[in-house]
This record gives sequence, C-alpha cells and structure tokens, in this order.
Amino acid sequence: MSPAWETIIGLETHVQLRTRSKMFCGCSTAFGAPPNTQVCPVCLGLPGALPAANGAAIGLAVRGALALGCTVHPKSVFARKNYFYPDLPKGYQISQFDQPLATNGTLSFLSSERGVVNAGVVRLHLEEDAGKSIHDRFPKATAVDLNRAGVPLIEIVGGPDLRSPAEARAYLQTLKQLLEYIGISDCDMEKGSLRVDANVSVRRTGETALNTRTEVKNINSFAFVEKALTVERDRQIALIESRARHGRHGYAGGGGLFRDRRQDERRAPGGRQLGDDRGARRRERPQR
Amino acid sequence: MSDAKAVADRLVKAKRLNALLTPPKELRKSLNTQIAAARPTGVLYGMPVAVKDNICTLEFTTTCGSRILEGYRSPYEATAVAKLKAAGALIAGKTNCDEFAMGSSTEHSAYGRVLHPLDKTRVPGGSSGGSAALVGAGAVPAALGSETGGSVRQPAAFCGIVGIKPTYGRVSRYGLVAFGSSLDQIGVFGRSVHDAARVLSVISGRDPRDSTCEDRDPLRLPTVPESLQGFVVGLPKEYFPPELDPAVRRACERAIRMMKELGAAVREVSLPHTPYAVPTYYVIAPAEASSNLARYDGVRYGPRFNGAADLRTLYRSTRGQGFGPEVRRRILVGTYVLSSGYYDAYYRRAQQMRALIAQDFRNVFDRGVDLLFTPTVPTPAFKAGEKLADPIAMYMSDIFTVTANLAGLPAMSLPIGRVKGLPIGGQLIGQAFLEDEMIEAAYALERVVPATDEA
Repeated sequence: MSPAWETIIGLETHVQLRTRSKMFCGCSTAFGAPPNTQVCPVCLGLPGALPAANGAAIGLAVRGALALGCTVHPKSVFARKNYFYPDLPKGYQISQFDQPLATNGTLSFLSSERGVVNAGVVRLHLEEDAGKSIHDRFPKATAVDLNRAGVPLIEIVGGPDLRSPAEARAYLQTLKQLLEYIGISDCDMEKGSLRVDANVSVRRTGETALNTRTEVKNINSFAFVEKALTVERDRQIALIESRARHGRHGYAGGGGLFRDRRQDERRAPGGRQLGDDRGARRRERPQR
Repeated sequence: MSDAKAVADRLVKAKRLNALLTPPKELRKSLNTQIAAARPTGVLYGMPVAVKDNICTLEFTTTCGSRILEGYRSPYEATAVAKLKAAGALIAGKTNCDEFAMGSSTEHSAYGRVLHPLDKTRVPGGSSGGSAALVGAGAVPAALGSETGGSVRQPAAFCGIVGIKPTYGRVSRYGLVAFGSSLDQIGVFGRSVHDAARVLSVISGRDPRDSTCEDRDPLRLPTVPESLQGFVVGLPKEYFPPELDPAVRRACERAIRMMKELGAAVREVSLPHTPYAVPTYYVIAPAEASSNLARYDGVRYGPRFNGAADLRTLYRSTRGQGFGPEVRRRILVGTYVLSSGYYDAYYRRAQQMRALIAQDFRNVFDRGVDLLFTPTVPTPAFKAGEKLADPIAMYMSDIFTVTANLAGLPAMSLPIGRVKGLPIGGQLIGQAFLEDEMIEAAYALERVVPATDEA
C-alpha cells in the first residue's frame, strides 16, 4: 500500500456466551445436536410464548463489559429488530439498541506498527442468535435448524481505531484471549462462537474526515481477517483512484472471493425497530 | 358440580350464536376426559369455563379467529388455562373472536360473526364476543377473554354480564397470543360478580414464564360488603359527554344514586387527556401488533397458500391470504408508525401521551378517590354490519375502555339496566393491584341495581 493512504477499520464482534441454556428459555445451547432437537415454544416463536431473560447470560455479559473497562448501565433495555427471514422464528431478533448493557470501554493490544494501541469499545450489548438456514442439504429446498435460535450473544462494537488489516487481526486475537481468560465464551470460530464483521474505509494521509465505509461480513478465521481487509482496502483505493462509488461486499467464507451483495440484499420494511428509534439499518445474514 | 353431558348440551344448544368454534363431538369427548381427570378438591371443581380462541390450550385448536392458524394445535397450554385445570375447572371449548382480537364486534372472525344472545341482528361486542355471548346465553357460568383495549368489558356490557380486566401484570400472559404486548391482559366473564371474581382469583398470580407478571400472590376475594361507607367514587366528566346515549346516561345516574344510598361519597373528577386516548391506542396497539404478527409467515406452522415458489411468494401469499382485512389494516398502520422517519411523529408521541393519560389517573387517585365509575360503552349493542364500513366509528366504541389498558389499571363492567331490552354496562376503574376494592364495590352495586330493568 502506498504511504499516501490510511486505512480505518472498526470491528463488530459477536460472541456466544458460555451458558448452559438459551437467552430467553431453558433449551440447551450444546453444539452439534441433531437439527431442531433443542427447541421449545419460546425459541420456536410459537403463538403465545414469551421470553424470560437468562440471568447467567447477563452475568457473563457484565463480566465481559467490566473486562473491557466499559461503563455497565444499571438499567438497559431489550428491543426488537424486525426483519423477515425463515431462520428468525419470531420475525424479530431480541437485541438492545438505545439503552445497551454497557458503553465506552477500551481494548489495549500490541500493534506491530504503532506499539500499544488503546482501541475504543463503543458499546457492548446482549442479543439472541438466529437459527441456521441450510441451503446445500436438500436439492432445491432450504432447511432450517433452530437449535441455535435464541442462543445468547454479546455484540462488541469497536471504534474506528484500527489502522491496518494486521492491527485488526491483533485486536481480534487480544479480544479472544481476554474473553477466554475471563471464561465467558469458548470463542471457537469454527463453531461460530466468535464472529466478526469489519467496517473499512480509506482516506488520503492527512485527511481527518472518514470516507464511505463498506462492511465485510462473515469473517470466520484470523487469517481471513487480515486477508479480506487487505483485499477490501486495495479495492477501495483503486475505486477512489478511479473515482467510482463504493459498494457493499460479503466475504464469501473459505472461497476467498468477494461478492457484490447489493443485488440480493434484503431490506426490512422501512428498517423498523420496535422499542427504539433506530433509522433504517440494512441487515445481511451471515452465510454460515 | 355438573356432568360432562349436561355441560356439553348447554353449549351445543347455543350453537346458533356461532360463539363456539369447537365441534360438538370433540367437545363432548374432551369434557368426558377432563371431568375424569379433574381434581375434586379444586375450588372450581366441575365448573365449565369457555376459553377465547387466542389463548393456548392443549385441548382443541387455537386459531385466534384467523385463517392463518386454521387447524393449529398448541403443543403447550397458557398458564391461565393450566391454573384453571389445576383448580378443577373444565375447559369448555374455544370461543369465536375477532381475528387476533382486533375488533369491537366479533364480525372480523374468519369463522363468521357471532350473534348477540338477545337479538340476532346485533353484535355481541368484541373482540371476546364468543365468550361473552356464551355466558350471556347461560351456556357457561364463566369464560376467559382477553383485553387490549376493552375486548372483555365492552362485550360484557353488550351481553348484560360481568367482565373484569385485571391490572396489567396480575395474570400471566404466557400462552395468550400477543396482540399489543404492553396492553394485553387476560380477563374473565361471569354471570355474576362472584363467578367472574373467583375465576380471576384462580388464574391470577406470579409466573416465571411471563416477566411482566408481577411477583404477587393470587388475588384474594373480598367479602360482600354491607355498604359502601368510606368509598370515594369519582365520576370523570369526560366520560359523560353531551352526546352520550340518553338511556345509558339514565342507567348510570340510577347506579350512581344507588351507590350514594349505600354510603359512597361521589364526586366529579377530570381526566383531561381522555380525548386523546383512542388515537393514542390506535397508534400503539397496531405498532405492537405489526411486530407481534410477524411470526405468521407460513414457515413453521399454519397453512401455506398457493405453495411456495420462493420465499417472497411464500410470505406474500401466506400473509396476504391468511390475514383478514382488519388485521392487514392494522399491520400496515403499525408498520407505518414504526418506520424510520415517522417513528418520532407517531409512536414516540403516542408513548408520551400514554404517560399523560396514566398520570391523569394517578392525579385523581392521589386526591383521595378510590374508584371511578363511568359507562362502559357510549351505546347499547349496535346492529351487525353497522360499523363495518367505517373503522373509525368502530374504534370509537372503545372510547371509555382503552384508557384503563393504556394506564394498566384494573377495570370491570357490570350490568346496570336495559334500554329496549338491550343491556347497558357500568364501568368501575380501580387502582393498580387493588382489584379487591373494585370487586367489593361491584358486589355491593350488583345487589341493589336492577340490572334487567329498563333505565
């Protein structure tokens, strides 16, 4: 990369909490059970069922928030994120929006380029996972496994404080070590216990404003973090140099290829969210 | 205690009302099984209780009056139903209702309208019209309904029976199919205050499955008081507007006179934000409904319409054909008021107004008023079809009932007279979790008011 360019990266990390039961019901969270065997009226979204929050999950999330130096709020609020998808049984995900569990923390990591970096943690909130859509098991049909639906996650939203793909990798490795050490997650990327989306933009060295960013989703290994972000950074630089507009891309798992996701993007009707005033936020499902 | 055959016979006799969705054969069979299994020591042993079709039961289907749940059998039962059965009651079939409890006339059911038990050209009210009609016709002594904006009290008034909506959080909502989650509450119908109150007492109390259900013991029934000495009853002037039906006014005035004779102190009060209650309700309830009804997508349960060529077609055909026009209207309204750009203008403002409406009640109760008395509905039961073409006119029949839902307060309707043979309901609104005081006053009033006399 030419020294004329600076890369700005922020990571959003989803971490599965190490609880025995799901976020809002008593079903097991064990990995690898036969499809749809760890389900009940609550996580199936059956008519009339209601969520009851798992206190153990809240405790683990608080522990994570404290380890990241966040301010833990005595009152935080669950909100619904509404979108239609077959592996989302209720038609909404229970998450947190305008009153998250914790805000304003830091993760210190060692950058090979800048030494010790104190990267900001904007917020940490609790949410439930969706189920799994299986597209390759049955010909011409999609199967849905809801064992994962309702499994507790925390989302850790990092600030735009990383300056290279290598820093993103170092940040993620440090975060994983920390979460494993405090025992709130097994952080097993293979099983999807740790999932990363990256927001990337570039600017000419010396500029202070942030440019349009793209979101690289579904990054499922440390090697890919660095690789995907390097490819995306170079693509953006090339685009700007050719004065083209930015697009939106998904990193397609092990294939190591990008795919322009604009065509198949699903929009929730108006980006609705009940219980808060969030504006339209487009959503793409990770392709697990 | 009654035998299964007699219970079923009484219900089947009321068949012409279209109030019961359970086929007679299935009903008879289930009642036989239930009566054999019922606990003889239960406080409701042998009491048949019909259940609105938006409350999940292991017996019978749970369709919410909708095509989209046609044939749906819940694999679990609502907490309120489990408590009824534990007390020895018999689940006496599922009752017709407005689709997903959206309506005030029980004309919006996919399974046909319910007839008023006293005049088949009229509506029984709604949305719990099937439950109200069955109790009104004497087919069952009590029934469960549900309320989001008056769906128990309004049909109770129309059918000349008692209907109680408890405080939000008094009865578990687990297994009540959600419409407006912050407003919904299971309510009860009875032929008498006592029948309704003792069923309420059984279904009330804590439930770890519903975190909005308060951690309280079940409601304790008060004794029937000798007088209303010491009660201060407030009459909110906004509930007695000049355009109130004259017969409804006369019946209310007669009931007020009787409460005074029983020793109650009666004073006029004001709830100034009342005029905004219906518009506030018709933003909040559809908003919550649009989210709560998102799960009916044809993926996991319920019928699929026109197959499923692709995902979008599956959603469109299932929801387009599975939901009736009133449900579709409310999903559209709710989606609109929650969408980005309109959220602040509608949903947020409605929430603010809701807080003001709740504050109105607190102000009155803080000034020494124990209870409020109002008409339940501005008119007696209206003609079938009369308000179908005009949703706003239909919504206005909730004008005196939605406030208690918005404020989360307990409220009940009891019959206080008739006009040309049609029942008129009087409403008591109590303070949060003080159902016992409200029921005490209702006991006293019920003993003296000529409920079936012309006003």
